[in-house]
Amino acid sequence: MTEAKRAIEAVWRIESARLVAGLARMVQDVGLAEDLAQDALVAALERWPATGVPDNPGAWLMATAKNRAIDRMRRQATYERKQEQIARETGALFAMERSDFEAAADDEIGDDLLALIFTCCHPLLSREARVALTLRLLGGLTTPEIARAFLTSEATIAQRLVRAKKALREARVPFEAPRGAELDERLPSVLEVVYLVFNEGYAASGGEDWVRRDLCEEALRLGRILAERSPREPEAHGLVALLEIQGSRLAARHGPGGEPILLLDQDRGRWDPLLIVRGLRALERAESLPGALGPYSLQAAIAASHARAIRAEETDWVKIAALYEALAQIQPSPIVDLNRAVALGMAFGPEAGLELLDQIQGEPALANNHLLPSVRGDLLKKAGRNEEAASEFKRAAELTANERERELLLARAETLA
Amino acid sequence: MRFMMFMYPGIEEKDWTPTAEAVEAMSRYNEELRKAGMLLSLDGLRPPSDGGVVSFADGEATITDGPFAEAKEVVGGYWLIQARSKEEALEWASRCPGENCRIEVRQVFEREDFPQDVQDALEENFGG
Repeated sequence: MTEAKRAIEAVWRIESARLVAGLARMVQDVGLAEDLAQDALVAALERWPATGVPDNPGAWLMATAKNRAIDRMRRQATYERKQEQIARETGALFAMERSDFEAAADDEIGDDLLALIFTCCHPLLSREARVALTLRLLGGLTTPEIARAFLTSEATIAQRLVRAKKALREARVPFEAPRGAELDERLPSVLEVVYLVFNEGYAASGGEDWVRRDLCEEALRLGRILAERSPREPEAHGLVALLEIQGSRLAARHGPGGEPILLLDQDRGRWDPLLIVRGLRALERAESLPGALGPYSLQAAIAASHARAIRAEETDWVKIAALYEALAQIQPSPIVDLNRAVALGMAFGPEAGLELLDQIQGEPALANNHLLPSVRGDLLKKAGRNEEAASEFKRAAELTANERERELLLARAETLA
Repeated sequence: MRFMMFMYPGIEEKDWTPTAEAVEAMSRYNEELRKAGMLLSLDGLRPPSDGGVVSFADGEATITDGPFAEAKEVVGGYWLIQARSKEEALEWASRCPGENCRIEVRQVFEREDFPQDVQDALEENFGG
């Protein structure tokens, strides 16, 4: 890639979301808005290498997109189109000619971006479609980049994007950021997308493609944008807090061979203090807002308890157990209970943890999960019930799909025999 | 990727305190960085005479108090940002409302940037 092209790509990365958002507000169709923005990019790639990047590239791209839109609409033969389409396009054309982009207030641009996030994460779209559309329109990632990040084919992602845009168009989803009760209702589907993007990157091991690893940074960026633009939503700050703190552990999560290192065994000197401080600050913001803590804020509070402990032995397990209990109340799940059992065992002794495990023993969701026998084995071992512990580790070894983990579990069973 | 942007203000020490106007423009810029989700940290620095310099010669440390006549260019502040490429960081730096100044954009080392022996040394000395 030439230097000029790279510079244009950088401008594009910065401007594309705002551009698509501003255009979508006018044409009320994110698919059409994206096409128009792409037209402007093509024009920039033609012009800028010769003229240089203009002083205000965002305004240049917007003006160009607007002109292309007007050309495009005029070129198309009217008689071929349905009445309703003509009406919509005429309305859009009218809106375009009237609106003055450069004069648009900062707040309005902010709202446009928020509207774009909410539209990309609309609940009528599948989770996969929401994730792909968000990375495409807000992250400015290309289709091949999204495909690489999600270890799937370009064709699959391309089709997913086309269908998502079509679904939004056909449902005539208005391009706006929801307010009031609707905001509360729709925020979780946005937060979920940001969290999924982060986890996809978090699951990647150190040696993998940068596109995958960069998903964590991209999710953090999206989360921060969301929190900056909806400052009164505690869960937006809670999610950012969770991601900043989890992100702080990225360098400590894998050994030199790429093998995962469990939280309590991690070298805390490798945790990123800057992200921890940022996470704690975001959590404070979530906690300072009215209302009980939501699931992301609670998970962030748990992550923060680990982050505050300079050494693993200093962890406040009593507090963590209480936070897991609060989380189990608003978001019951066997996995949360499993974590709570670990915390109870650390805080009050193995019997307390085992008691909870007995209650979730029959959970169908955990029937073939190696974590249940593995946690039970741990607690039994701590209680001095070595024989029972060994058989639990063996059972866990049978259930895990991970070869390294199986070896580890069998080795633990061995030492207890 | 992280980038440090160092601001060299190109002013004399007596003019160090910025005008309200300049602060306002800079705050708008900082806010834009924050709203783009890329700002990790930033600070403005007091004039060099409020600080000092420690120089080493053959392992021997010497402390010098300011002001520093010989120091033509001194850092006035910095931003630490997250960006997806050097070009993106440079583009952000070029949007700073500067008059006569210089911004140096430097990428932060990641552990993987080091050769294996350096990584091993980090592991041994600071790990565990």
